[in-house]
Amino acid sequence: MTVTTESAIADIPEVSYVVEDDGYGHLAEMRVDPIGLFERVRAECGEIGRFRLADKDVVLVSGAQANEQFFRAPDSTLDQAAAYPFMTPIFGKGVVFDASPEERQQMLKNQALRGDMMRGHAATIEAEIDRMVADWGDEGEIDLLDWFAELTIYTTSSCLIGKPFREELDSSFAHHYHELEQGTDAIAYVDPYADIESFRRRDAAREKLVDLVQGIIDKRVARGTVPREDRDLLDVLISIDMTADYITGIFISMMFAGHHTSSGTASWALIEMMRNPDVMASVVAELDDLYADGSEVSFQALRSIPRLEAALKETLRLHPPLIILMRVVAEEIELAGHTISPGTVVAASPRVSNRLAEDFPEPERFDPSRYLDERQEDLQNRWTWIPFGAGKHRCVGNAFAMMQMKAIFSVILRDYEFEMVQPSETYRDDVSKMVIQLQQPCRVRYTRRDR
Amino acid sequence: MSFRVVADLGLCQGHQMCTGEAPDVFGFDDAADEVVVLQERPDESLRPQVDSAVKYCPAMALAVEEEQ
Repeated sequence: MTVTTESAIADIPEVSYVVEDDGYGHLAEMRVDPIGLFERVRAECGEIGRFRLADKDVVLVSGAQANEQFFRAPDSTLDQAAAYPFMTPIFGKGVVFDASPEERQQMLKNQALRGDMMRGHAATIEAEIDRMVADWGDEGEIDLLDWFAELTIYTTSSCLIGKPFREELDSSFAHHYHELEQGTDAIAYVDPYADIESFRRRDAAREKLVDLVQGIIDKRVARGTVPREDRDLLDVLISIDMTADYITGIFISMMFAGHHTSSGTASWALIEMMRNPDVMASVVAELDDLYADGSEVSFQALRSIPRLEAALKETLRLHPPLIILMRVVAEEIELAGHTISPGTVVAASPRVSNRLAEDFPEPERFDPSRYLDERQEDLQNRWTWIPFGAGKHRCVGNAFAMMQMKAIFSVILRDYEFEMVQPSETYRDDVSKMVIQLQQPCRVRYTRRDR
Repeated sequence: MSFRVVADLGLCQGHQMCTGEAPDVFGFDDAADEVVVLQERPDESLRPQVDSAVKYCPAMALAVEEEQ
């Protein structure tokens, strides 16, 4: 007997509704409480379930076995490009997600994320942090989102694009970039150009970024050529006659994966350590010990800092920057015993998988000791500890990200103490967009340490 | 008690961190852009290096299997 594709998808249980279907299925819930939706898929349907996003079925898997099938599938079977329609207006037509897997691989190599480049990046990041704290004085307050979002604009632009380009940027670039990230309402699954406030701001911000880049290009052209060692990626792109619009799209895309993710993780790591003073104390003691001999941050950030690393991993487990990873089925695939036909959207959720009680005992508890030698809950659960995803598409920037986090906390915890200035539970994510960011206000107080 | 080093080539992304952590155990195939296990059963003295390579592999592509 032949099973039609219709009945095959119908065999996968569909999750219930808690927010009324406004004609677009679960989209209404996805726009207000996506985490609740994904958790309910797991709770009601088990390792494979589905919800409806406009005219598409989204099949969401969880658990080690189904996740492994999802993450091991080759590009020819599961296609990333088509799964994120909200990115196209941000990057611009023809940039990155529209590129072939081979082109993408080449771009990744050019991004200098390989191990041998890390030493230079570590020094760059340390210098950027020093600049950001230079006017801090002995005490004061910062907004975590504003502060880390600006810092990570400078670090990602400097490391991934080049120092000369970074030197042209100020906080206005970070501001516009933030508007882009805010322009990721899930309504893009119906229409990426829908006439809504956040999309209008997104498009205005992108134009401002193009203007900024055009201004930098004009200066470069007027300046003429410089010695090879003073050139950066922008010079290369100008030399092959790319337009400001296209160059801006490339830069936006290069920075996108590393920006809101690093900014959010740094913020949450600080929040979790403030909430868990014993962890904070042990990390500060570890860093004091490590730097007692006056060694350089750029040196140590590339080496093992076990307690800080464990605190960062636990932060990533509880607060993965991306809560859902999606693909479009290009060739029929079997997931959790179900055959899924081409055109279906399939997904895995770091937010759900990272908190599965069978793999992570007391999953809601912030417990960095999970990663200490015997337990190693990240390595033991390669297919469910997935803040960076898994498989061939596992975040290629993860070593860079961890190094950056180690450098940031090495500098700020060496010189300052931090305390919450608002109730602990009011530090939370704004989940109304596909790019999740801290809800403002998210202020903390710093005081220079007596040493 | 000995151990066996396993590299999952379906996961390797060619970061080459392991060749720095444990240069006697891991090599790199430039043409294929992936790791090569030079010693599948390294001496016990190399275990700390191998553990480090496993822990810091950005692709989570490496593992150690214990053998009797």
